[in-house]
Amino acid sequence: MNLSFTLNGQQVALEVAPDRRVVDLLREDLNMGGTKECCGSGECGACTILVDGQSQLSCLMLAAQLQGRSVLTIEGAAADADAAIVQQAFVEHGAVQCGFCTPGMILATLDLLQRIPQPNREQVRHELSGNLCRCTGYQKIIDAVMAAAVSLKGGQR
Amino acid sequence: MSNNKRPDAGFVREIGCSAPRLDAADKVTGAAVFAADLYPADLLWAGVKRPEHPHARLLAIDTAAALAIPGVVAVLTHKDIKGSNRLGIFEKDQPILADERVRHYGDAVALLLAESKEALAAAMAAVRVEYEVLPALFDPVLSQAADSPVLHPQRSAGNLLIGGEIRRGDPAEALTQAAYQVTLTVSTTWQEHAFLETQAGVAQLETDGTLTMTVSTQTPFRDRLELAEAIGLSPAKIHVIAPCLGGGFGGKDGITVQGFLALAAMHSGGRPVKLWYSREESILAGTKRHPLQAEYTLGCDQTGQLQALSARLLFDTGAYASLGSEVFALAMENAGGPYRIPNVAIDGAAVYTNNPVAGAFRGFGVPQVAAAMEQAIDELARAGGFDPLELRRQNAVVRGDSSPTGVTLTGTVGIGECLDTLARHPLWQRRQSWLAAAPRFKRRGIGIAAVAQSIGYGPAIADCGNAKMELLADGRLRVYVGVSDMGQGNASTYAQIAGHILGQPMDAMELVFPDTARTLPSGSASASRTTFTYGNAMIRAAELLGERIKARAALMVSFQLLHSVKLEDMALLPGRLQHVPSGRSLPLPLVATLMDATERMATATYTAPVNDQPLDSGVNLRKHGFPHRLASYGVQLAALEVDTLTGETEVCELLSCIDAGRVLNPQLYEQQVQGGVAQGLGYALFEEFTVEQGRIKTGDLSTYILPTALDVPDMLTVPVSSHEPAGPFGMKGIGEIGIDAVLPAVANALATATGQRIAGGTLNAEKVLAALRHTGQEAMR
Repeated sequence: MNLSFTLNGQQVALEVAPDRRVVDLLREDLNMGGTKECCGSGECGACTILVDGQSQLSCLMLAAQLQGRSVLTIEGAAADADAAIVQQAFVEHGAVQCGFCTPGMILATLDLLQRIPQPNREQVRHELSGNLCRCTGYQKIIDAVMAAAVSLKGGQR
Repeated sequence: MSNNKRPDAGFVREIGCSAPRLDAADKVTGAAVFAADLYPADLLWAGVKRPEHPHARLLAIDTAAALAIPGVVAVLTHKDIKGSNRLGIFEKDQPILADERVRHYGDAVALLLAESKEALAAAMAAVRVEYEVLPALFDPVLSQAADSPVLHPQRSAGNLLIGGEIRRGDPAEALTQAAYQVTLTVSTTWQEHAFLETQAGVAQLETDGTLTMTVSTQTPFRDRLELAEAIGLSPAKIHVIAPCLGGGFGGKDGITVQGFLALAAMHSGGRPVKLWYSREESILAGTKRHPLQAEYTLGCDQTGQLQALSARLLFDTGAYASLGSEVFALAMENAGGPYRIPNVAIDGAAVYTNNPVAGAFRGFGVPQVAAAMEQAIDELARAGGFDPLELRRQNAVVRGDSSPTGVTLTGTVGIGECLDTLARHPLWQRRQSWLAAAPRFKRRGIGIAAVAQSIGYGPAIADCGNAKMELLADGRLRVYVGVSDMGQGNASTYAQIAGHILGQPMDAMELVFPDTARTLPSGSASASRTTFTYGNAMIRAAELLGERIKARAALMVSFQLLHSVKLEDMALLPGRLQHVPSGRSLPLPLVATLMDATERMATATYTAPVNDQPLDSGVNLRKHGFPHRLASYGVQLAALEVDTLTGETEVCELLSCIDAGRVLNPQLYEQQVQGGVAQGLGYALFEEFTVEQGRIKTGDLSTYILPTALDVPDMLTVPVSSHEPAGPFGMKGIGEIGIDAVLPAVANALATATGQRIAGGTLNAEKVLAALRHTGQEAMR
């Protein structure tokens, strides 16, 4: 099919099998390896992308589902002012270890903070419970999300 | 606000201060490249055909139908391997591709190469394998039975991979004299590493005959040697690159996909090949934590002084040795915990079965024996009416004591201070009121467990690091990382060490990740050794480079002042050097340009001292790493609530008081402890790895349950920052100990909460509910 969608703010049009998994489309066809694959079955969240601002699992999405939609991957996040704040918070708070869950965590965090700008730790735990991390024990990720929430409100505590 | 630099990124990150990791910025933007992320142009996909039986003789492999499928480039079998076709680190018993027989469901029968993943899958299904099914061995207890099948008939010891015994004093006699004694059987199950990046790599045979491989490995240099023999290439022709690893935890300690990648690249007509396990294949073929069946008898006198330990350990190493003998040796060494026990008999074995292969996993045998020892000592406390913390404190080793294995402890020993720190902590001080305040339909429990984790390789293999660093012509510093960074952050710590010594800020540093063509062989990322060994080498390299920089700068200043300048009057400061008496300053880039390229490169070697004490027993364990010279120590506390209606456990508090020597970077230290604790919590409560008749029943992440953000509470970490003179800036090792005592701490807390000990496997809700039922507390308010 002829697929046309917005990827990180840029219009993309390409010929692709409609049933190609979005994670393969991104990684193999569009050379965007920032979106990770870890389980291939929707259990881990490593392949999270934002589709029209909502976090989605790209290993469970097919290319045709992107028609006319707007996709944000980790490669596009740095250009987004809010995302850059979240990224910086992850760096400063030690929320990154091996880094394989990190792109998905950051995009899930963006989705979370758009819906719940002032979350408490329990809400963050709940909202990120679909994103597995094997290195951190989550504590510093939650620290980073809480700090990002504060920064996004203009640094008021 | 979107400025991606810290305002203080230009500052020196002194040792002892938190420094954000150098790799973090690339990891948050998706720029960091893992082996799994590589898709070279014109690549071929490699895939592995697995057997349908856990133990069978290979009679014939018919590849014709598979080869006829369009897009299929090669179907390789053991006949295509020119080398020994045997992998293994000490015990070379594992074929790349099965030849005579298959020994578990995760074995490899054929290696396929195809243009697409679709063609690969079709070809995999089309390979016809003829087997003669053999009786299989699944129960390690039966491994020595006369009628049990033998997995490796060429081995004189049959199914016994390794046995060993530790003897001190007369434990049988001491137990008859003991005022209190307990006997406990404890079993632990497999644990899956579940690193997020499954085993992955790409490889290509270059035109000059060099096999270049980028692979997710903890052991790039050792892989090269191991591969060379197995595939029949000179090690000099094998080039291994280990970029960022998406986790390892021991599961990438040794060959995973490297044998397949090498073989595939040798049959791809020069095209690059890629192999990346699915999660299911990762679980099927990857190594696990060894399951243990243990029986402990522990006795003390009237006052609580431990008198005797008698223990039996049986490890299931599965179809192949992997690092089973080394895991076994470390388990034997640490089986008695961090206590003074004058009379000890520990008998153990690790045996082959047709179960999944067990190997290295964070803790390396210690979490298993800690599960047994630390539940036994809690039971002893209960039997004798002792406070469980007091009993441990009273028996805790100090420097100069002998360990339970009879080895004199010559390094720093902080277990006493760890226990004292825990005793002073509010969670312990207020435990009675917290326990009493359980909500309705809940029972509360608090448990502790103490542990020692040996550091480094031990006496058999030189624990050696070869550091390399370079002052670039622009004044920046390049740190060559000789030991894989699987996510633990050792690479950043090396940069921090270099910056600390040379007075340069972190943003003046760049890292070169392990690469057999660029970095120097420095051993595995394992054994809590990476910073101890490579850090010590790094200190020497940085000091050497610093001397050279200062000498060149001093020469320049002396020309300006027209008198000689002493080296110690030259200060290395961020981006410059200053001659302190005259105040004259020289930009570091200027000094760098006046140095020759060979002068700007510094290398240094460090080999960790070994423990050469004569051994009264356990002599056969020496070549597998026993005994060590140093250990980290720790005590962990779990406070939890069980639901009397459902048996569900909610862990409320987890406290770790750990002596891993001096803390070099508090943030990275906490990362290691928190990550280890979370894995320990999964091991204790969630990760019920199940194998039936050799077949894994928890073969994906919907059935093998990892802890989520909802399952791991905020953890408390209190370092006991001792100074180990042999360590870099006084540190020992923090990579493993965080996981070690979590399971027994949780088990001890559950025993308090329910009044009944659950001694087997994962401590799931079903078992907790059964325990509550047994003590008449099920559904009690």
